[in-house]
Amino acid sequence: MNFPKEHEIHKRRMGRNLGVGLVLAAFIAIVFGLTIAKINNGGQVQGLDHSGTTVTEADQ
Amino acid sequence: MSDVTINTQAHEGEAGFGDYFALLKPRVMSLVVFTALVGLLVAPNSVHPMIAFSSILFIAVGGGASGALNMWWDADIDRKMKRTKTRPIPSGKVEESEALGLGITLSVFAVVMLGLASNLLAAALLAFTIFFYVVIYTMWLKRITPQNIVIGGAAGAFPPMIGWAVATGGIGVESVLMFMITFMWTPPHFWALALFTKSDYGDAKVPMLTVTHGRKSTRVHILVYTFILAAVCLATGVTSIGGPFYMTVAVVLNALFIKGAFKIWRRDDAAADADNYQEERKFFKLSLLFLFVHFGALMGEAALAPFGLGGW
Repeated sequence: MNFPKEHEIHKRRMGRNLGVGLVLAAFIAIVFGLTIAKINNGGQVQGLDHSGTTVTEADQ
Repeated sequence: MSDVTINTQAHEGEAGFGDYFALLKPRVMSLVVFTALVGLLVAPNSVHPMIAFSSILFIAVGGGASGALNMWWDADIDRKMKRTKTRPIPSGKVEESEALGLGITLSVFAVVMLGLASNLLAAALLAFTIFFYVVIYTMWLKRITPQNIVIGGAAGAFPPMIGWAVATGGIGVESVLMFMITFMWTPPHFWALALFTKSDYGDAKVPMLTVTHGRKSTRVHILVYTFILAAVCLATGVTSIGGPFYMTVAVVLNALFIKGAFKIWRRDDAAADADNYQEERKFFKLSLLFLFVHFGALMGEAALAPFGLGGW
């Protein structure tokens, strides 16, 4: 099959794929950072856990 | 012709990453980020920097998502107006269905992530903001009432309240007043612009105050809103987030703003035409500075607090 030389559309697709990749990588970094921050804050972790929340409320 | 070339031609209008980003209205997002950040920083509670950063980011994404949904719904009128013709959908770069998909996905993502990062109230406020902007303003009221600017301004005024909710988990008189500042600022800001720009809202059948009630009435409206705005700004100054620094800035800026509004109110279009709407342009420029400096001064009060200087 005869492939034509690279079209402008391929560059655009490359840019889009790269952009989505970077956004996903940034999202992973943010979730990781948030997890660390929540763990360091201690009590906040229970807020994400339904059973933990119930226990905390019952303790109060 | 090979399969490859057919495929290439079929996707000639394919959007790049920047086109999708443009759907999120980056300039509006920057205002959202700034005011939400101020709301978060002036709150009495301190927030972990990572949680603060993530929350502001998700608020910005939520704001951007509502921008994409706005562009999806308004694609028909965007095609008719010069100012909006180059947006991703009217220019043919992005399909309407893509904007709808992106808008809904990012809205849900932003609300869920904000809820996980901070608290449910902040997430609920963000969800309401998106609903208000997209459904109440864009779909329902924008095209039927000349008060559309006032209603749209309310949607843009929520971010500092959300920022405050991220830090405190609640709503306070301070956060409501921060909402009121942007809410009351938007109409005079936009109507001053409407007075000196030849808008094509008429062609798009969007009712603007200058057209439905006339330009004299618009001048009166600007003056009235400017007075209410001054009251709101000064009231903010006596709350826990205010202080001498903010109050000085607010008094000076509001005095200048009222003076500008008086000048606009006193003259008619003949006088304005004679000097190419000089007063209206000056007022509009001042309005840009007005909001930025007010929120900046609130942040200044918070920044001075550790040195024993901020607040009353």
